[in-house]
Amino acid sequence: MHIKMNDIYKSFGANRVLTGVDFELLDGEVHALMGENGAGKSTLMNILIGLHKKDQGTIVIDGKETYFNNPREAENFGIAFIHQELNIWGDMTVIENLFIGKELSTSFGLLNTKEMRRLATEQFERLALSIPLNQEAGLCSVGEKQMIEIAKALMTSAKVIVMDEPTAALTEREIQKLFEVINKLRKEGVSIVYISHRMEEIFAICDRITVMRDGKTVDTQPISETNFDDVVRKMVGRELTDRFPTSNAKTSDIVLEVKQASKRGQFKNVNFFVRSGEIVGFSGLMGSGRTEIMRTLFGIDSLDEGDILVKGKKVVIRNPNDAMKAGIGFVTEDRKDEGLVLDFSVRDNMVLTNLYSFAPKGIINNKKEQQFVDVLIQRLHIKTQSSSTIVRNLSGGNQQKVVIAKWIAIGLSVLILDEPTRGVDVGAKREIYQLMNELAERGVAIIMVSSELPEVLGMSDRIYVVHEGKISGELTKAEATQEHIMRLATGGQ
Amino acid sequence: MATIDKTSKGARLGQFTQKLGALLGLIILIIVVTALNPSFIEPLNILNLLRQVAINALISFGMTFVILTGGIDLSVGSILALSSAVTANLLLSGINPIIAIVLGCLLGGVLGSINGLLITKGRMAPFIATLATMTIFRGLTLVYTKGNPITGLGNQASFQFLGRGYLLGIPVPAVTMVIVFVILWIVLHKTPFGRKTYAIGGNEKASIISGIKVDRVKIMIYSLIGMLSALAGAILTSRLNSAQPTAGQSYELDAIAAVVLGGTSLTGGRGRIVGTLIGALIIGILNNGLNLLGVSSFYQMVVKGIVIAIAVLLDRKKT
Repeated sequence: MHIKMNDIYKSFGANRVLTGVDFELLDGEVHALMGENGAGKSTLMNILIGLHKKDQGTIVIDGKETYFNNPREAENFGIAFIHQELNIWGDMTVIENLFIGKELSTSFGLLNTKEMRRLATEQFERLALSIPLNQEAGLCSVGEKQMIEIAKALMTSAKVIVMDEPTAALTEREIQKLFEVINKLRKEGVSIVYISHRMEEIFAICDRITVMRDGKTVDTQPISETNFDDVVRKMVGRELTDRFPTSNAKTSDIVLEVKQASKRGQFKNVNFFVRSGEIVGFSGLMGSGRTEIMRTLFGIDSLDEGDILVKGKKVVIRNPNDAMKAGIGFVTEDRKDEGLVLDFSVRDNMVLTNLYSFAPKGIINNKKEQQFVDVLIQRLHIKTQSSSTIVRNLSGGNQQKVVIAKWIAIGLSVLILDEPTRGVDVGAKREIYQLMNELAERGVAIIMVSSELPEVLGMSDRIYVVHEGKISGELTKAEATQEHIMRLATGGQ
Repeated sequence: MATIDKTSKGARLGQFTQKLGALLGLIILIIVVTALNPSFIEPLNILNLLRQVAINALISFGMTFVILTGGIDLSVGSILALSSAVTANLLLSGINPIIAIVLGCLLGGVLGSINGLLITKGRMAPFIATLATMTIFRGLTLVYTKGNPITGLGNQASFQFLGRGYLLGIPVPAVTMVIVFVILWIVLHKTPFGRKTYAIGGNEKASIISGIKVDRVKIMIYSLIGMLSALAGAILTSRLNSAQPTAGQSYELDAIAAVVLGGTSLTGGRGRIVGTLIGALIIGILNNGLNLLGVSSFYQMVVKGIVIAIAVLLDRKKT
């Protein structure tokens, strides 16, 4: 299918979101759509599938002007959209999910399970998937759920698939699997629009790239004619000198030490330490136990065995409150689910960890609170209209900064960040890195769990690799390479 | 960013209607009822109305906290009945009325904390936990009173004052309602406890990770609504000069209705106690006004239900 969107305009109220966008998708190509959050990528795709109405412009599909009134029409026409938030019904089986809303029935009006099973099996074979069809979908890993969504899209014989951040929650292995599937689809003539913030992937899988900025198309070109720095420059409209800013932090004494920590079924005999001013990276595949170690360290789950020492003193951490008293802060991997109260203002979120310091006599001193929050907003360069803006309305990067601000508020000595830049655009990523460096310079010990290898390599002073609940290796910045980490993460030596 | 303007404008509009929608409804209701029967607006009737409203309002204030955390309490009527019976018996035994009232309220607090423990430590859904205790507490009341009302509470002025007295010409229940309202307004909007209440309803997981002792806050809230139910029970007992084992039946529904009419979201995290006060007044005026207009009690129920449905429908529209 050949799609040409010409000179598309779209405003929401007084906000001009798209101001003359051109976008062309060729038959059987994988086309990267890049741009910072708010550049208009999602709006453009939503106009294509009929979720939003364009104000101006034309959409030509295979030589004919074509417009859809709703996503259902687009789907019937062969255009499927796989959203970042997966539409999976966890309590239903995989096969029920595949046919949801499009169930086949027999001439008696009963479900035609035989035919559905046949089609599903056929589709899974095509994608080389081995997920049991009768398994509850909720038991599938995020990667498997992603594959179910893709299979669902292909079930409708899609000729065009739009994928919004498909790898945001996938492990390296699952990403490779996804790429295999994409390559297969490309050979069959399916076109794919690939929206992602991860540069490495774009260069690994895409044929052409369109960069958008502030509601306009900046450029469309073959991927082979551009490079990393060029794309970033086009996205942010300025030169981004270094992707990972350098730190001047000096490491000194050990602040946190974990000895022989075990939790049944999750991790065993884990030993590690962090020094003041040090950024320590935790790498490993998803499900390796990285996140579980951190959650236990912060008291969300409890430790079966082992000791935690803060500044040389043994501490008992039974709940997050104990961890906070020990000076530990935790930026969880899912900021919407665990990091923020989305309906709270920026201010109310920031002070949540530290309410009593603003209420010496029991009543919250709004002035004191406001001053404190204003200082943090400035220091962290949080882009918000005001401190009373509802946090839901901020971009991902700024939301993440609000979560970090929450922990700065407690005067912390150890900050754990789990996937600190997930779903955050390039410009804001760098600001978060800078913030980490700044905290390290102030003597905070930083633990960063990340699935993005370039990030781990670029930011960490030292790296622990976790494999199946054990620390399989410790690397200094000098020794660490992508290959080395991957080897340790997959059980090699 | 461009999209921020739009949503925050929408949010502001939402806040505006959340603040004033119920108030607007209240004013319209007052005008309509007065137009149909001018005697409604006479001071004597208004004072009477405030006294009637107080009992539901006190329970509703507690219900606001509960619903803000995303919970519900169905057991308020049963707590009211059991604590009333105990208070009445204490009075009969000749104990100082003030001590009897305080002990009754404490009992309410203990019963409420049982709800809180079942919900937090027992990991039960609030609806189920309080459905169970609603039945248990009502049963205990019937056992305790052997199914008979407790009467002959004597002529102790200080006890009668609570339900029937006047302070500067205003009925004491109304004064109590206002005092409790002011205290709880401060707690909800000006203290860490209030902020935590909203945070738990807004995102419980994030609250736990922010170091909020969620279980403790919840237990305190269920304990609070228990105490308020007992206080309402003491007022009722004083007014009737007797404690009925069947007192307070279906009071939980009026309280939930007042909270919902006041614009508090049943999913928690959003709402205001001012709205609840207005909601309680609306329900009180409906009862009082429909009586004045000579509407039969059967039709009164129909009208009340319709008003609640309309209020929630309007609330849906705005979001």
